[in-house]
Amino acid sequence: MFLSNIETIPGKTITASHGVVSGSTVRAKHVGRDIMAGLKNIVGGELRGYTELLNESRDQAIERMKAQAQQMGANAIVNVRFSTSSVAVGAAEIYVYGTAVTVA
Amino acid sequence: MEAFAPFFPLLIWVVPIVLGFMFGRLNEKRHYRSIHEREQAWLHLPATASRYPLLPGQIARSELVNGSVVVSVDYFKRAAAGLRSIVGGPVKSYESLLDRAKREAVLRLKESCPGAHEIVNLRLETASLSKNTRGGVGAVEVFAFATAIYMAEPDPV
Repeated sequence: MFLSNIETIPGKTITASHGVVSGSTVRAKHVGRDIMAGLKNIVGGELRGYTELLNESRDQAIERMKAQAQQMGANAIVNVRFSTSSVAVGAAEIYVYGTAVTVA
Repeated sequence: MEAFAPFFPLLIWVVPIVLGFMFGRLNEKRHYRSIHEREQAWLHLPATASRYPLLPGQIARSELVNGSVVVSVDYFKRAAAGLRSIVGGPVKSYESLLDRAKREAVLRLKESCPGAHEIVNLRLETASLSKNTRGGVGAVEVFAFATAIYMAEPDPV
């Protein structure tokens, strides 16, 4: 599966378009991480626990999007975009979407 | 001891601010040093916000790459920003935090594709993780994503 966030897959030509595909995850952070982050918050700096958490959820969202594209018979997704929003206290939604296409 | 009792609530505020000032400043210095070093090391991999590859030649393959970082501001800076919001104007303490986060995210993106020749369509997104969580952890996530281009190796002549 080829992915890109531009209109084409460089070096390939698009032969068919299948429409929009998307994947999303909603994740809550667990209490242990929250306590550590609270302590880290005093001195500032990177909150590694959250970075990992968001990366994991993003990977999962991408996997879901890829699965959807595969089902449509596509072999590439172009114009991939991400968005993050906090839906509730302590939980965030990661949403990824793009256009499923067939390239040759 | 009794005489100091009224000041205990004040200490709860002052101690994190002092700690934040010392460690926060140290952290920031160290982080900037690391950013400068790595930016120098990655100069050979140019990134562009343009949607078209700038380098001429045959493209072998491309892939979606990303890099992200979650950072929080220290207590001292938060207090400084609070004071600043009374009179308005540039909030320096947050500016440097976001600057560091953005550069770090781009560096991580580059580090995730060591063999690439060019990064096109670089996009940065900032999301606040502390929205509507009063008293919660104040943090922002900076997420960078782009398409990495791998050029075909030129034919050996």
